[in-house]
Amino acid sequence: MIAESLFYLSGAIALIASIMVITNKNAVHALLYLVVSLLALAMCFYLLGAPFAAALQIIVYAGAIMVLFVFALMLFNINSDDIKRESKWLQWQGWVGPALLVLVLLFEITYLLQFHPVWSAEPVQLIDARSVGTLLFGPYLLAVEIASFLLLAGLVGGYHLAKKMPDKDKQT
Amino acid sequence: MMSVPMEHGMTLVALLWAVGLIGLLARRNTLFMLMSMEIMLNAAALAFILAGSHWQQADGQVIYIVIITVAAAEVGIGLALLIRLRQHIQDLNIDNLDRLKG
Repeated sequence: MIAESLFYLSGAIALIASIMVITNKNAVHALLYLVVSLLALAMCFYLLGAPFAAALQIIVYAGAIMVLFVFALMLFNINSDDIKRESKWLQWQGWVGPALLVLVLLFEITYLLQFHPVWSAEPVQLIDARSVGTLLFGPYLLAVEIASFLLLAGLVGGYHLAKKMPDKDKQT
Repeated sequence: MMSVPMEHGMTLVALLWAVGLIGLLARRNTLFMLMSMEIMLNAAALAFILAGSHWQQADGQVIYIVIITVAAAEVGIGLALLIRLRQHIQDLNIDNLDRLKG
């Protein structure tokens, strides 16, 4: 069956990209491979009949969290040899691997949308956003509250930790 | 549509998690350790989605949303800590943290 082989292909891409993340020396290239890994996992979610989770994976993980990583990375590297490093980043060798992996994913999703959409007549056991939502605001209401507390704690903690502490800096 | 055996999916989860754990143990750069933790969280999320798809329950995706929230909070705090760390010691090597003084 074609969908299973697509699942295995996406899983292999996720695995390869993850291995490239932990073996890469360049942090920006590692971030690129991490984005590829997240996209491949989103593909797996879509194939498993969870398109809502796949969309969340792309929007929240590959979008927001990765942007946070990139911002922090740019904040870390503020020193004199910026230009040299940026010219090193702009070489094409670092971009080929992630681009190839993402190209495979693009072919997969194009093929799926063209020939095997999840909403087609096949016996798809689809778990849509509606059932997730009714569950989330029914029996799992406490989980939503805990998540909101957690995000508030993360916001306050991030603000407090990342701001300048004038007294401390004067002493040291 | 899908009839991927549960064992194969769980094998993928275990492999991804192991890759994340190896990265967490092997790398000394704190940024890479955070990325490895992201990989491990993703493996856990895939396990939940897989189980939810296997038993046809939406609970797996609810727990997935909780996991994504935890990941967002963790990354925010972790990167703020890294920015502080960068101001104190000039690199991100976690071995240099054994001489934390003020």
